[in-house]
Order: sequence, then C-alpha cells, then structure tokens
Amino acid sequence: MNNRTRVLIAVAGVLALVTAGVVYVGLAAARNRDAVAAGTGAVTLTPGPRILFRSTAQSDRGHIASVSATDPGGPRAVAPVSCVRVYAAGGTGLCLRQDSGLTTYQLVALDAQLADQREIPLVGLPNRARVSASGRMLAWTVFVTGDSYNGGMFSTRAGFLDTRTGEITGTLEDYAVTLDGKPYQAADLNFWGVTFTRDDNLFYATMSTAGRRYLVQGDAAAHTVRALRENVECPSLSPDGTRLAFKSAVDGDPARGWRLSVLDLATNAVTPLAEARSIDDQAAWLDAHTVGYGLPRGTGNSDVWSVPSDGTGQPRLLIPDAESPAALG
Amino acid sequence: MYLSTIGRRDSGPVSRRKLAAVGANVLALGSVSLVTDISSEMVTAVLPIYLVLGLHLSPAVYGLVDGLYTGATALLRLVGGYLADRVRRRKTVAGIGYALSAVAKLGLLAAGSSTAAIGAVITLDRTGKGLRTAPRDTLITLSAPESVLGRAFGVHRAMDSAGAFAGPLVALGVLGLVGSAAGTEGFNAVFFTSFCIACVGVLLLVLFVRDRQTPAPATGSVSLRAAFGLLRGSGVRRLLLAACVLGAATIGDGFVYLLLQHKEDIASGWFPLLAVGTNLMYLLLAAPLGVLADRVGRLPVVLGGYGALTVVYLLLAGPVSGWPLLVLSLALYGGFYAATDGVLMALAGPVLPESLRTTGIALIQTGQALSYFASSVLFGLAWQFWGAGTATVFAAGGTVLAVLITLVLLNSRKATS
Repeated sequence: MNNRTRVLIAVAGVLALVTAGVVYVGLAAARNRDAVAAGTGAVTLTPGPRILFRSTAQSDRGHIASVSATDPGGPRAVAPVSCVRVYAAGGTGLCLRQDSGLTTYQLVALDAQLADQREIPLVGLPNRARVSASGRMLAWTVFVTGDSYNGGMFSTRAGFLDTRTGEITGTLEDYAVTLDGKPYQAADLNFWGVTFTRDDNLFYATMSTAGRRYLVQGDAAAHTVRALRENVECPSLSPDGTRLAFKSAVDGDPARGWRLSVLDLATNAVTPLAEARSIDDQAAWLDAHTVGYGLPRGTGNSDVWSVPSDGTGQPRLLIPDAESPAALG
Repeated sequence: MYLSTIGRRDSGPVSRRKLAAVGANVLALGSVSLVTDISSEMVTAVLPIYLVLGLHLSPAVYGLVDGLYTGATALLRLVGGYLADRVRRRKTVAGIGYALSAVAKLGLLAAGSSTAAIGAVITLDRTGKGLRTAPRDTLITLSAPESVLGRAFGVHRAMDSAGAFAGPLVALGVLGLVGSAAGTEGFNAVFFTSFCIACVGVLLLVLFVRDRQTPAPATGSVSLRAAFGLLRGSGVRRLLLAACVLGAATIGDGFVYLLLQHKEDIASGWFPLLAVGTNLMYLLLAAPLGVLADRVGRLPVVLGGYGALTVVYLLLAGPVSGWPLLVLSLALYGGFYAATDGVLMALAGPVLPESLRTTGIALIQTGQALSYFASSVLFGLAWQFWGAGTATVFAAGGTVLAVLITLVLLNSRKATS
C-alpha cells in the first residue's frame, strides 16, 4: 500500500465515522426536542394534601409536578420549572438544576409560587435535597469527581442554607468530628443525606470514613458532628421527630444493595420495612405512618413507591414516572 | 548498553529544532494518542453524571464501578508487554488495546442500567489501556534516534494531553447539541461519538504507524526465563528499583488537589479545574522539557521534576496561601509531570535490550504504579493519624529521599565502572 492509498483510505474512513457521529447526534437532538413540553396546570408549594415530585415521563421529563395525596394516580399538575432534584416543605422549595457546563449546577430556593428566591452556584452533581419542616433550612448533597487524573477518587459534600440569616454552610468537612467518643480527623471524610430536626439547628446525616458509613448527629450552631451508629445512610426524620427512616447496606456491603429500615430514636430499635428490593434513595415521609422513595426503572426512568413505616404491609406503586417525592401536607 | 550513554549527550546532527526531527512514526503515534484521548476523556468527563443523574446510582456504587479497574490492569500490562516481545508485533498488541477501548464505548450503550455490565465495560476499557501503553512506548523508543528520545516522548506526551484536554470540551459540545442533559439521550450520543473518534484512532494506527521489524533475536532470547533474566542485569534492576522509589514519592493527584482545596478554601470543590490547570502545564512543558532532557541529560530533568514535586508538597504544608500560590503549585505540579512521565521512558528505553524492551517498559511502569498506589494508601493513613500538615511534610521528606536514592542508583558515572 503506498502513501497515497493510505491517505485516501484514512480520509474516507474519517469521513464515514464523522458522518455516523453527526447523524447520531442529529437524531438524538430531534428525539430530545419532541420531549420538551411546557407545563400544564398550577403547581404551588403551599402546605396541603399534595405530593410534589420530579417527573421522568417522556413528555415532561425533569419538570416538577404534583398530585393529590389522596389520589396519587390521578391527574398531575406540571410546572414549567425543571430540576434534577427537588424537595419542598413549609412553603419553601429547593431545586437543584443544571447550570451551563458539565459539572456546574445551581441550587435554587423557590417560594410557594415557584419563583426563584435565591440562586447559589454549586460544583458537583446534585444527589440529595431536603428542606426542614419549617421551610427555613435547605440542605443538599453534591457528588464531586475529578477526572481520570485523580485516580477515580470522588467525594460527596453536604451543605445547607439558612434562609433566615442567609448564611451558607458549604461543607460539613470543617466541622469538629467525634467518633467513638474521641475527636477524629481524616482526609477521606464525606458527608451526605442531611435531615433537619424541628429546631432548625440539630440535624442528622451520613458520614463515611475509612470505608465505613455512620449516622451522625450534627449541631449547626456549634459546628460539630457526632457519630451515633454504623451502617445507617440517608436518614430522614419522621414528622413527629421520633423516628429516622434510612437505608443500610446489606451486610454492610454497598455492592450488595440497600434495604430501607426505620430507627426509633428513643429505644434504638430498628424495624426493617416490607420493601425487599434495593433502595438507593433518601426516603421521604408521606405521613406519620408511610415513607415514599424513588425506584429507577430502565435507563432514565423512575417510579415513586410507598411502604408502611412499621414494617408491615407491602410496597405500593404510588406515582409512576416520578422521583424525588415530597409531601406538602 | 550502559547507563553512561543515557547521561549527558551532545546534540548530534539529528537534533534540529523542528518537531519533525522526532520522526513520522512518533508523530503518527502521537496523533493516535491524541484522538484516542479525546475519545476516552469524553467518556470520563460524563460518566459520573451518567451514572448518578442518568441511571440514579449513588456515589458509593460509582466508587465500586470505578475501583474495579485499578488492580486488573497491572498484571495485564505485563502479559501484554511480554506477548508483544514474544511475537515481535508491538503494533498489533497496541492495536488490540486501542480496539478494545473503542468497543467498550459501544458497550456503554449496550450496558443500559446494569451496574455489573457497566463495571465489565469499564474493565474492558482499562484492559485496552493496560495492553497498549507499553508496546506504544516501545514503538516510540524504536522510532526515534536515541539522541532525541526525550524530545520524541515530549512531543508524544504533549499530543496525548492535548487530546485529554479537548475531550471534556467535545463531550460538552455534544451534550449541548442534543439539548437537556437530563435524559439518557445526550449521554448515549456522547458514547457513540466517542466510539467513532476511537475508531479514527484505530484507523490512524493501522494505516500510519509502522512496527519496526527488528531482526529475529536468537532463539530463546525472548522467553519467560529471559524476561525474568532482565532483572539479573544490574542496569535494569537499578532502573526498576528507581522507578519504584520514585513511584513511592508520589501521593497522588487526588490528595494534592484535596490539600489545595482545603488550604485555599476553594468554593464547593473546583476539583475538575485543578486537574485542568495541571494538565495545561503538562501540555505546554512536555516537549520543551523533553528537548532539555536530550541536551542536559535525562536523569537531571527527571530529578528536577521530583524537586518541583517536593516544592509543591512544601507549599501545600506551608503557611502561605492565596491565588499566586495556587497558580504556582499547579504550574510546578504540571511541570513535575512534564519532566518525569515521558522523560523516564526516554531514560529507560535505551537501557533495555530491544528484544525484551516492551516487557521491560511494562515492568517499570507497573512497578512505579504499584508503589504509587501503596504510597497513596500510606499517605491517607498518615493524614488520619498526624493530620494533613505533618503528613505532607513527611511526603516532601520522602521525595527528597527518593531523589537521593535514585541519584545513587542511576548516577551514570558510578554505573559504568
């Protein structure tokens, strides 16, 4: 083969491959354009018997929507607002949405009419969003990765915004940590899954270090966290503040999946819930006796399920094509 | 070949200013690496977003998927290196490596949301990378005159990191064209384009890279026994030891960026940008430092690189902070890579017999990678027990020690006697 032939083959091959790439991207763009729809109906965050969620339906993917708590399979109201994660309580919403750029996101505080109150830039992938019952504290978790140059290291950062003072806590890593009753420091501290108590100061969260994951109780005013017990992740405080719904790795090994349980804070009793599938979500209390959670289906889809919080009954499909549930009532 | 010849060299007639002095084959290999790195960094850039937002996996699962490939490739690299020497087809083995990684991009499309399948596909991709690195570096040593090897590796590494630099931007462009990144449509488009670009890399390799057909070595000179015999030669043994010692002096990018982030209180972790800064410096300095290594000797440049690393550690442990320090740290850190990564291969290549050079290069790269892995684990422990400041001072001390040991091991004058 002489050089001329080589160059001809190369040019033809590159042209063919570029064409294939361009055609694929063009078709994907066309399909995606069909999926972008405007909102229908009015979604508000005012307290009431409704469940807020993020739609994963093909027609309005990413939009926030709501259904009646008494008829969750009934008609949905879809808002024009899109989020990657959403939560709301006490008339305040927290929407994590993509900014321009691959790993830059915005954390947006929404008022009851879904108008932007405050935008905070974030770096990292939004993973969890929570609002305290009063609507005052907005907590989030982002997941930060470098690229191949950092050897696959990743970290999660949990932070929160006090909407009353306007103060932002960017990460819990600077808090004084107590583990096994002793002060503790490590490079690999990661925090995620924050849930605030009614006083809007004490909170629960997950802390991981040295390959173990702990339930911690934090104090936002004192800047401290204290590890309470092992293998409790993504805690979610019940409306009466007495129980934590959480996920725990099967046999302490995240590779084997997660199970949902409820911890009674007064007695330390743990009740496994009737959901036997692996649930990788921060559960949300839909009422005093029921927790809801998202369960992925296929690629890019998800359904919201619910299960009684006392370990009885069966999981029930609550809202199809939905994730990030939050009871507004 | 004695170590004396890898020290100071006079610039021979081949040492012209032009990049072309490194030879068409090195430029062809550089182009293949450039294109392949665009393809692989496209995927690396979007993979976390795809797994976490697209497929709803949690960060812990991402860690599992990601951790799979660290161990798997070390052994394969050695096997690939030996195989390439055995059949005397470095280009073929490297080509299989590039092709595996290309196929893996399609695998991501097919894997859907299955964690196991995604883990398998990523392992396949890393297997390809493990297979191709040593044969590719061997081809570079065989393609350029020995007196300009530093420049050859410098040019190759600059092209390679230019691709790595462009990859995330291309991915961003594709996501932008498809529209909202909320669905999986955009990610699939990134994976497919990445596959097409990887195929361009394979095509360029097949058409334009030439394997130098070395005369068949005497029977028995490429056997497992001979491969182990490599270690009996004092030159190779010293080189391997030095590579391990130098590998142990590095604590890893993750920690360096984490320390910088703690020190400078960078908002919410601009991790990706720190790597971009380092990579930009690497890209700019790789070729000039390669040329410098050909002029003043490769060992001084490698050791100078580790000197820069020592300064980075001291800056991280020191009391000074601020933007100038951040820029200086990243510049020195990028300079460290530029002065060591390719130049070490340029230093090692000529010491290794041609018949077993791929095996030797694989051995050195694996030794360096394993000891680096061990030292990063140790650094994590040191941080936990002594705190970040003390641990970093120890790391700086370790680098100085490694430079001294390497100097003793590889000092050309001593080694020749």
